[in-house]
Amino acid sequence: MNHFLDTVRQMFGGEPKLKLAPEDYSDAAKAMHAAKNEPEQRKARVAAIREELAHHTESYRWRKWRWTSIIVINLLFVVSYHLDVQLVEGALTASRFVGFHMADLNAALQVVLAQKQILINLVIGVVTVAILWWLVGGRTFCSWACPYHLVAELAEKLHLTLAARRIVEDHPLHRGTRSVLYVVFVVLALVTGYTVFETVSPVGILSRALIYGAGIALVWVAVLLLIEIFYVRRLWCRYLCPIGLTYGFLGTTSPITVHYQLDNCLHEGECRKVCLVPHVIEITKKNRAHDVKVDIGADCTRCGMCIEACPTGALSFRIKGLGDLL
Amino acid sequence: MAKKISRKQQKQRRALLMSIAAGGATVALSLLGFVPVIGQMVKRLRPPGALDEKPFLASCIKCGQCVQVCPVEAIVLADAGDGFGIGTPYIDARAQACDFSCDAVQCVLACPTGSLSHDIDKKEQVRMGLARLDRPDACLARKGEGFRGLARGADFPGLHRYTEVDRWNPIRIADHPYDLDLCDLCVRECPIENAIALEPMSGDPADKRRTPVVKEPCVGCGMCEMICPAEPAAIIIDERKVWGTA
Repeated sequence: MNHFLDTVRQMFGGEPKLKLAPEDYSDAAKAMHAAKNEPEQRKARVAAIREELAHHTESYRWRKWRWTSIIVINLLFVVSYHLDVQLVEGALTASRFVGFHMADLNAALQVVLAQKQILINLVIGVVTVAILWWLVGGRTFCSWACPYHLVAELAEKLHLTLAARRIVEDHPLHRGTRSVLYVVFVVLALVTGYTVFETVSPVGILSRALIYGAGIALVWVAVLLLIEIFYVRRLWCRYLCPIGLTYGFLGTTSPITVHYQLDNCLHEGECRKVCLVPHVIEITKKNRAHDVKVDIGADCTRCGMCIEACPTGALSFRIKGLGDLL
Repeated sequence: MAKKISRKQQKQRRALLMSIAAGGATVALSLLGFVPVIGQMVKRLRPPGALDEKPFLASCIKCGQCVQVCPVEAIVLADAGDGFGIGTPYIDARAQACDFSCDAVQCVLACPTGSLSHDIDKKEQVRMGLARLDRPDACLARKGEGFRGLARGADFPGLHRYTEVDRWNPIRIADHPYDLDLCDLCVRECPIENAIALEPMSGDPADKRRTPVVKEPCVGCGMCEMICPAEPAAIIIDERKVWGTA
């Protein structure tokens, strides 16, 4: 199957393929996989992995920018209101950025379906926001702007610490759940005439709480985080959030991607351990990449954690047609 | 006879069941939002220009831009207790009424979705509700009494634009003491012309007593409810009530 269609299929919840058909590999990839399977190459790789694990240092070169981005974006809303700067008025669901309409795609979708009217302001806001996030990578919204992502990341750290001590264990769900929920909330908005999803959207709840003050709705956010710490790693972002899927659609064709280079890869899997959406980097498994250079798929949030985790520089940000970013 | 299933299948089955449970719980929780809406458990005084409640809830994108532009910060956002109304704007008139300090319904202009209808551009066109004398016995004017001092006490944070004090900036009601022979605060501070009047209670010219009478121009902004010195207020707003209906 075509790589592009395959990443879309995976975004909707399909499992990554364990094996590809021989005709799916490019000649260069075939040759490189064959070379990597030579006995002396195997030995060299094992030695290299041992060496690397012994001298492992953590890098946060993208995370420091990413966290800054989330904090600055959300702080702009807060500061704009409380200091009356009027730079970004509103909340993440909809706002005006120096007067220009912006609207969250999913919030706008719920409103349009519930009200059954196309509003020009929302069209402007949606198109603006869609172009912006398409340019920078689609689900980049999740890891570079969403306030829930930040708190969920901290919860995940806690989860991983506890899991390392065998106090908690992750219970993965089926990733198709998100696609089902997406359809359910679309249908519910259409049928009931209410923006049903907003009732449980931790993104809207958190954004409004930051700007307008805390409310009891935060209890739901806390419950989600507790489940994520003790039972299901990244429950909301990984398996449930329809907003993630909405921005994932943009990510399918976005010019900014994480780029994989087979020749640099030792296949030790450090990237898959840190990834929010590990199915997108299944191709880093041995004998799995269909080509020697691959753009990671639609569902990728472009968080850069795999780039940080990779000790051999097999992963990097790339602007399609422009070459490697870093 | 029970079929033997592998550990992997067992794991997959459990994951599937848990996915259904997690997805189901999320949807169920979101649908709980129906309860306060259908039961009409919460009646809210919506900001100027609000559509009827059902289309209002449908079209509001819960962003709070109306909150941000209001000069007296009369508008607040509802919490989870409002169900589907979570994040929608309302006004608690007793705490801080809309007194049209902004002159031209800024909240309506700010609304990106037309939940606050752009058909409205003058305060006189607003129809949020109607004022009603709820506790006639508490009304000072009906007792023929005056009012001296601070309408809501020294600690009340509420704001009001007193044109004679400052045409452009609302000030604290607590900074504006009154000295009135007959209490007429609801009439005096009403931002809409001819919306409320004090009318005699008898034909006797010596009878000082007057009763507030709400008239058709009333827009339901809640200024009278906020300023009323009786505790609780003698005059209140019936949310969304339309002139001429029961």
